[in-house]
Amino acid sequence: MQLWIPFAASAGTLLAIASFVGADWDAPPVESVQIGYRGTGMYLEKDIEKEKALMAANVVPEAPWEADPEGDRASELYENVQVLGDLSDDQFNQFMAAITEWISPEEGCEYCHNAENFASDEVYTKVVARRMIQMNQTINVDWGDHVGDVGVTCYTCHRGQHIPANYWYDDQEPKPASAMSRHGGVGKFVGNTSMPQNALMDYLLEDKPIRVHSLTALPDPNSPNPAGTKETESTWALMMHMSEGLGVNCVTCHNSRAFNDWDQSPPQRVTAWHGINMTRALNLDYMVGLTPVFPENRLGPEGDVLKIGCSTCHNGVQKPLYGVSMLQDYVDALDKKGPTDVPDFSTYVPGQTQIMGAGTPAQSSALPLQTTVADAGN
Amino acid sequence: MALLSFERKYRVRGGTLLGGDLFDFWVGPFYVGFFGITGAFFIILGTALVIYGAAIGPTWNIWQISIAPPDLSYGLALAPMKEGGLWQIITICAIGAFCSWALREVEICRKLGMGYHVPIAFSFAIFAYVTLVVFRPLLLGAWGHGFPYGIFSHLDWVSNVGYQYLHFHYNPAHMIAVTFFFTTTLALSLHGGLILSAANPGASMDGGGQQAEVKTPEYEDTFFRDIIGYSIGTLGIHRLGLILALNAGFWSAVCIVISGPFWNQGWPQWWNWWLDLPIWN
Repeated sequence: MQLWIPFAASAGTLLAIASFVGADWDAPPVESVQIGYRGTGMYLEKDIEKEKALMAANVVPEAPWEADPEGDRASELYENVQVLGDLSDDQFNQFMAAITEWISPEEGCEYCHNAENFASDEVYTKVVARRMIQMNQTINVDWGDHVGDVGVTCYTCHRGQHIPANYWYDDQEPKPASAMSRHGGVGKFVGNTSMPQNALMDYLLEDKPIRVHSLTALPDPNSPNPAGTKETESTWALMMHMSEGLGVNCVTCHNSRAFNDWDQSPPQRVTAWHGINMTRALNLDYMVGLTPVFPENRLGPEGDVLKIGCSTCHNGVQKPLYGVSMLQDYVDALDKKGPTDVPDFSTYVPGQTQIMGAGTPAQSSALPLQTTVADAGN
Repeated sequence: MALLSFERKYRVRGGTLLGGDLFDFWVGPFYVGFFGITGAFFIILGTALVIYGAAIGPTWNIWQISIAPPDLSYGLALAPMKEGGLWQIITICAIGAFCSWALREVEICRKLGMGYHVPIAFSFAIFAYVTLVVFRPLLLGAWGHGFPYGIFSHLDWVSNVGYQYLHFHYNPAHMIAVTFFFTTTLALSLHGGLILSAANPGASMDGGGQQAEVKTPEYEDTFFRDIIGYSIGTLGIHRLGLILALNAGFWSAVCIVISGPFWNQGWPQWWNWWLDLPIWN
């Protein structure tokens, strides 16, 4: 008797059952959004139950109280207020109460402050928080092309947690790398696909060309497409990261009959283009520079800082927090630029208070990587 | 038109499903029947409406003419003629014409006293079409989910619907359907090659220096037994071809009807069940 037949048949049956039971099937009705002209097939299908759960998980928290903009300035009342000095006393305290709820609702003030001396920069999280407030201001003032009038607050990413739920880092696992592990692993930064996990490095830190699309139907020897399979896979990895991070699909930004053609693309593609540039600039200007400040347990396995991706803010939703703005309660804190100087974090010594811009050239935070705000080609 | 010598045997009365003797006649070589009349009605009306749609559309370029379904906002209601209503009526005409043709095939089968293999096979193609433009739109709640009637536009639709689910090749039913399509063509090419070579011995010689004659099925069987150890046989290859082709159409219908109504993430993410198996998770 050929024993392999019943064994193979049972294995096949078990796998078929597992795929039926284990997959995350849905049942009609389904919520559909039309993106393009009728008949182009540009629709986005959404699971009604999951959409409800997402809505419930993305509710904007109310401001602790309405702040009075009048009165003495925080810089006159408190020591070592380097960024938010222009706020009134009430605004300053209201914002501090809000940021506590946003980032460390359990630990409270002491997550960032020395309870004996609130002015001290002893706790590294305070140094990080100050830089992150500057980042918020930059996003809201300079990156309107991506965040519109809705803008961002700390809550957009943090959601009551010390570290936002979604981030990425240099991932070199498994070690030693083998030919097998380069492909076939589960890329958790790239939508659980087996695409190259570190592709985000190429686009959200470096500025490699994303567009790999050939522009002619047949290969043109006069202007050959320089992109090979490797570059194409990395582009796909980024696209999977975006679509999974935003809960959207390819046709949200592209008409697949000509992915490259801006004229045929939905306008969301422009917003996404600014988003890619913004994320790269934030990683370079804010996250990378802070690397020396973070203790080892807050860094990635290769010692790099945890970095921003699309899912960091979006959390599975096309418009973070369903496009509800929180900024109106924190206009002076987050929607205006305070001082933009940066201390030299490369000389950071835990426990010591650094004064912004003191003794160092301004904007020195970025490590030797180039800053790319406006010259991005993609 | 003159009758072919064997036609007298096949031109028999009766076997109709509807209409009795009323439509039981031929026009030239074509059997008419009740369903020939309904088929002609739907074909002429549907084609006329497509031409009308082209006339009120932006182009007479044959490749670019497109009759698009309504916007999703019309849901399962009727849409105005110029905003998808035309598509809805043309869809009714198409289904009417396809079903008339299948039922006319049934009547011919009954006249000839043969099995219903041909209309059953054709009904799989109708099933796949109706799944695309009726069943799936019904499940998704809007006629707008049907595909547009145009040479290029329906291809663009296929492309975009694929990218709605990020990467359609990860759809397990699509994998099965594609496998059946390719296997159908493989079987057909093997069979065609075999028949052509058996029927055309060319310049090859039999023993004794005579021009070789057409080979019998024994030779055909021997050829395949030699190269793969098995020959399915002269009747078997046609049964195999039928089952492969019908499965290709059937699984195509399955792969599109589950996309949306029963699965609304990317198809690559469907395979997370593998990552979630209790063996390693």
